[in-house]
Amino acid sequence: MAMTTFYARIRFILAAWLILAALAVATPAFAQQSAPDGAPDPDASVVDQKTLLQQAPRIQGRIDIPDTKASVLEQPAGRSWVYFHEILLHWFGAIVILGMIAALTIAYLIMGKIRISRGRSGIKVHRFDAFERFSHWLTAVSFVLLGLTGLNITFGKLLLRPLIGPTAFTSLAEAAKYTHNFVSFAFVIGLVLIIALWIKDNIPRKVDIDWVKQGGGFIKSKHAPAGRFNAGEKLVFWFALGAGIAVIVSGYMLLFPFYGTNIAQMQIGQVVHAVVAVLFVAVIIAHIYIGTVGMEGAFEAMGTGEVDLNWAKEHHDLWLAEKLAEEPPPGHPSATPAE
Amino acid sequence: MARMKFLCDAERCIDCNACVTACKNENEVPWGINRRRVVTINDGKPGERSVSMACMHCTDAPCAAVCPTECIFPTEDGIVLHNKDLCIGCGYCFYACPFGAPQYPRVGNFGSRGKMDKCTYCAGGGGPEAPGSAAEYAKYGSDRFGQGKLPLCAEMCSTKSLLAGDGEIIAQIYEERVAKRGYGSGAWGWLTAYHEDITV
Repeated sequence: MAMTTFYARIRFILAAWLILAALAVATPAFAQQSAPDGAPDPDASVVDQKTLLQQAPRIQGRIDIPDTKASVLEQPAGRSWVYFHEILLHWFGAIVILGMIAALTIAYLIMGKIRISRGRSGIKVHRFDAFERFSHWLTAVSFVLLGLTGLNITFGKLLLRPLIGPTAFTSLAEAAKYTHNFVSFAFVIGLVLIIALWIKDNIPRKVDIDWVKQGGGFIKSKHAPAGRFNAGEKLVFWFALGAGIAVIVSGYMLLFPFYGTNIAQMQIGQVVHAVVAVLFVAVIIAHIYIGTVGMEGAFEAMGTGEVDLNWAKEHHDLWLAEKLAEEPPPGHPSATPAE
Repeated sequence: MARMKFLCDAERCIDCNACVTACKNENEVPWGINRRRVVTINDGKPGERSVSMACMHCTDAPCAAVCPTECIFPTEDGIVLHNKDLCIGCGYCFYACPFGAPQYPRVGNFGSRGKMDKCTYCAGGGGPEAPGSAAEYAKYGSDRFGQGKLPLCAEMCSTKSLLAGDGEIIAQIYEERVAKRGYGSGAWGWLTAYHEDITV
């Protein structure tokens, strides 16, 4: 009887000490600073703006409205994005696009139009069928519209607004915005068609290295061999594919703003869209040059679908050889009737 | 010349949304547009702070710089106004704004934005409408400033947390408050908006 009382007492004392210890640990430490009047300092545990902005690029909190964007209290990166758009992009766009135009002008002044060395033969070879030409022109016309309306956002206020005045410029810019948004779908379809139609013929091959080594048809004394598409055209194809995907993805991010993206992602999307688009415009300007002014016999390939035999021999000899093996061109004694 | 600013004393803001309600009512702001909002940092945790935020009417306003149609401009008093007739609803001013002030009505397809709307400091609008006219009110809201009054949000603030007025005067008020009570988490947004801060 004495033993149980003893152990019971020990248990009681132990339990009391344990409870006290638990309380001591659980009690929050009231080691806060005091304000000058002795009261607890309300700012003891507040995180100020500077610290918050060091921890994350944006200050975000809780709001009472359904618009989730409004929960961002402050995003100083907005000013950096404006610096990119108003300063960096303006310079980048001007240098790249005007630089390309200048380079092509110089090239034309030096080389002139690249002529068919042996002159036209008068015999036509079929190069692109109607569907291929449709796909190309769908993409091309869309691109020109998208490019002009897109450049208007960045450069319109500098170049066009002073000429036509604010009201007319706004009407134009508003129409341009809708044009840009809707024509983008045509561009997507066109690009998908082009990729499907021509990816096979644009796979890099050994002959492309030889084409480059021989000066790519720009050096008259050398002969540059090529298949259906030469190395230069293949570069344009793959560039268009990559840049196209980039502008399409970023473009649709911009077209559906904040559908799953936050403010930082929207800013990055705009940067990608603008930078890639500027490069794309420059490359296409060069492509347009070589396909029109720059080379005799080039435009008709996409215009009518038929090219001159001598042009084909000079610039796409391997492709011509394959074609002639399949079917002799019209004008040839054993020719099949034109389709 | 007075340079108009906003200052929200985060230690006094109780997230009552009187400022939000006052603004919506005074300017007949349509559904879905929130010119002013209250954001609560660290909600429910120690150090919780609420800040009332609308357009800060920044110095070198980034929205004005980036606008493709140059429809946003500062007035002599530092108030940033915009002309809705020239706005094309591109949305760039929202990407530029460090405070999320620009708002857009949803007009249709995809994320298509209508004309931008934002806090006007209750100073009417930047369009060709006559100041204080019904036409201006319909488009931009009230022009209290033209009558020598301050924005209604600050006037209605239940704790006098939201201060509006000349930048030097409200900075002085805030500094005196901080000195008297011994604490203050600073003028939220001032460094980004005005390139100057208040030391507390």
